[in-house]
Amino acid sequence: MSAVGVVLADSSVIAKRNMLKITRIPDLLVGTLISPIMFILLFGYVFGGAIDVPNYREFIVPGIFAQTVIFGATITGAGIADDMQKGIIERFRSLPMAQSAVLVGRTASDVVLNVIVTVIMSLTGLVIGWRIRTSFLDAVVGFALLLLFAYALSWVMGLLGLLIRTPEAFNNLTFLTIFPLTFITNAFVPLETFPGPLQTIAQWNPVSTLVQAARERFGNVPPGTELGTWSLQNSELYTLLWIVVILAVFVPLATRQYRRAAAR
Amino acid sequence: MSEVFPRVPVMATASTAAARAVSPAVEARGLVKRYGDVTAVAGVDLTVPAGTVLALLGPNGAGKTTTVRMLTTLLVPDEGTATVAGVDVVADPREVRRRIGLSGQYAAVDENLTGFENLDMVGRLYHLGRKRSRERAWELLEQFDLTDAAKRVAKTYSGGMRRRLDLAGALVAEPPVLVLDEPTTGLDPRSRNDMWELLTRMVGGGTTLLLTTQYLEEAERLADDIVVIDHGRVIARGTADELKTQVGGQRVEVVVATDGDVDAAVAVLHEVAVGELQVERRARRVTAPVTSGTQVLVQVLQRLGEVGIVPLDAGLRRPTMDDVFLTLTGKPADEVAGVDEPARPVGEGVRP
Repeated sequence: MSAVGVVLADSSVIAKRNMLKITRIPDLLVGTLISPIMFILLFGYVFGGAIDVPNYREFIVPGIFAQTVIFGATITGAGIADDMQKGIIERFRSLPMAQSAVLVGRTASDVVLNVIVTVIMSLTGLVIGWRIRTSFLDAVVGFALLLLFAYALSWVMGLLGLLIRTPEAFNNLTFLTIFPLTFITNAFVPLETFPGPLQTIAQWNPVSTLVQAARERFGNVPPGTELGTWSLQNSELYTLLWIVVILAVFVPLATRQYRRAAAR
Repeated sequence: MSEVFPRVPVMATASTAAARAVSPAVEARGLVKRYGDVTAVAGVDLTVPAGTVLALLGPNGAGKTTTVRMLTTLLVPDEGTATVAGVDVVADPREVRRRIGLSGQYAAVDENLTGFENLDMVGRLYHLGRKRSRERAWELLEQFDLTDAAKRVAKTYSGGMRRRLDLAGALVAEPPVLVLDEPTTGLDPRSRNDMWELLTRMVGGGTTLLLTTQYLEEAERLADDIVVIDHGRVIARGTADELKTQVGGQRVEVVVATDGDVDAAVAVLHEVAVGELQVERRARRVTAPVTSGTQVLVQVLQRLGEVGIVPLDAGLRRPTMDDVFLTLTGKPADEVAGVDEPARPVGEGVRP
């Protein structure tokens, strides 16, 4: 078997193990599936009246898609930190398997999870009035972009999980970083509402451009939305650039850290 | 896949046995590992002939686990060389991993998978193929008395069952060299005994076993050869008998009835002792190394009678592994155990 074949075979064994694991922890499963429904309902109906955007519920659904898949990416890091803590990584490292398979398999199984979650969110969105107003192909590209961005972030999370080594500490850290990352954006409120410097940050935040690109692909951009920066005018390209850079930097970093992690 | 990753047969044929006689299953020369200023392993030499059992005996923090981690490719040595099953651990770590089974200090089973799923997964990662991995998982579950629990998640297993499952994981690929890091630490006495019986049966089949332990009894019971390690250095090696002979002589042991009698007993034993006394006040036991056997015991009993002490117990015994440890390290085994572990500066719950 070729080297790539070994990586794929081993990664699929790891991915299958992670999927099995999810079905064995009902709490995790319920939390992962229910919380996006809850978010869509809460944001749609609680903030909907207070925020001045025409058809706010349609505005917010792509924002919640983005936030949810990004949180989904953190599962990679928490899972790896947990495996580090329990000595599972050590066992994997003593096996003649491909060294990259644990990370490749882990990030892959989290994409599968994110796909399931996205389907559930979409159905909930449809129920509360969100619509895809473009073509099927546009919608597919929109979803692909969301999942791809989350996939790239899961490599960042994987690296953090290897460095932090305890799932509790990891979850604290992601809570403190992912909330600002996803809230200082256009996901929940129009960018015009942010004060000066915060607005600039939000305009260049790749999560904003991801949300903007998704809204464009789904046909959910409110009329009269100002696109003041290059990043927002070229949201899809700008987001893709981020994805490429994140993958180019963090895939090798995480893989290298994996080799070192247990080797201390 | 098996064409690409040839498995090494467990049962040595006559010719391979001869080949192994010249090249030992594990050979380490001058292994050194440092963590900043702390030298966890300071030049360890080891040789484990094929088909034998070597126990690496020492207290916590002695450098046992660090040594084992270097031999199992989990850690790259700062100095020194090692081959396992004929393969250099630094030059070709993946080939070494193909030929070893490792079971760590904490049972590294995935508690959300069933016993079967755990072993099946390990088989797939050894590239045994789908069919063979399943067969092998069932064989091992049977062999380790886990068939009834095969379809339960490992979370529901007892400590002993987890350990057995972890050990089974190390045997999936029928490796010629098995490495067990403190296989019975944390087990209750009954599970420990079961594990010892299991290991004794296993090594009867010709597997080479390198194990670490802080239990003298375990080393004595399982190992052909013992290497005593402390502060990252080998301080003694040999069979259990050789080590005892090295310490030499016999011991007179007296247990008295009251705390007040202990000092009197110490005074009496001082008169006959040829080395340092061992005084265990809580057990009210005093032990003295002596040169000649029975006459000394008679003499001790007479002297005790003269000062009005009737011992609860008095006897003559050969040195135990505890005495060996006391003599070699200057501290009893249970006192040395429990000191900090410089080999493990980081990571909670993960083995050093």
